[in-house]
Amino acid sequence: MKVLLIGGDKTCYYLARRFIAKGYHAVIITRDAEQGRQLARRLQAVVVLGDGTDPQILDEAGVRQCAIVMALLPHDHDNLVACQLAKEMFAVPRTVALVHDPENVDVFRQLGVSVAVSVAGLLGQVIEEQIGYEEIINLAELAHGQLSINEISLLNGAPAIGQYLRDLRLPDQSLIAAVIRDNRALIPRGDTRLQVNDHLLLVTRPDTHSEVLRVLMGDEA
Amino acid sequence: MTTTRYVIVVGCGRLGALLATRLSQAGHSVVIIDYNEAKLAKLPADFSGYRMQQDATEAETLRQAKAHRADFVIAATNNDNVNLMVAQIAKVIFNVPHVMARVFNPAREAIYRELGIDVICPTKLSADLFLEVVHATTSARP
Repeated sequence: MKVLLIGGDKTCYYLARRFIAKGYHAVIITRDAEQGRQLARRLQAVVVLGDGTDPQILDEAGVRQCAIVMALLPHDHDNLVACQLAKEMFAVPRTVALVHDPENVDVFRQLGVSVAVSVAGLLGQVIEEQIGYEEIINLAELAHGQLSINEISLLNGAPAIGQYLRDLRLPDQSLIAAVIRDNRALIPRGDTRLQVNDHLLLVTRPDTHSEVLRVLMGDEA
Repeated sequence: MTTTRYVIVVGCGRLGALLATRLSQAGHSVVIIDYNEAKLAKLPADFSGYRMQQDATEAETLRQAKAHRADFVIAATNNDNVNLMVAQIAKVIFNVPHVMARVFNPAREAIYRELGIDVICPTKLSADLFLEVVHATTSARP
């Protein structure tokens, strides 16, 4: 099977290498002559010099025989046009575009591109998920550090799970100010029973902070 | 009496600036968008429309320009692919009734006309005019 990559930078090189290793025939269109020489030297690929958004160059590169076209250029508008020409003029079944503006993921789909991938969008998602999994997040330090507000999550095995708040042996001068459960916020009372995956908003003082965490999360916290 | 239209012009080069100025002089409501501040500053004093210094290939820009209320969007930057993208966002996402794009490369023209964009190809228009003169001169010869 034949794939066409339009680009020429490192992303293009590593993607092409991956497809070649899996047995695909790769054709690369790049505008940069030096980049083209490097790619031709390092890869078992056909390299075509020219503008990958020009129908004539696409035709010369054999786009009609390609199963997939991947547009990896630095500008979203170039990737859109490359994919649309491949699909509409040359009947390529699948087109993939790299987009920089995450909002263009939806825009490109509505304009007929099979798959649009936003690096910024993907990275942002991964980072947000990582932050979401942090067990303890320090939200604020107040009154010159005499008071701190933290968000903690009760993961499997935390000793506070299943306990009523009134039964927890929390030190004086500490407070569970709120419980966030399934994205809903509760103001807890003595008869609130803690559950796994609850997020708690804690108000602590430096002298009680670690004891509060130990009671709620166990010795590992 | 002509009706006042809301026109968004994208690209403030020679063509965009000229179009925006004439439309504004004719009493239409005009917004011109270009990411280059210096180009917007060059608009003549009798341009009474609104200037936006932003990247029109971001859908957010057209949203801020209230594209859903526009009668016309004219994509007139000097980059074919920018014009084609802006025109399609205007047509498909914001349902603008009349969308026009300047496209220099005649090879790109037909396909986008099929997709519902009014494509103006200056290269082809000039060629047609030149050829008209050539043919007129040739046929006039005895």
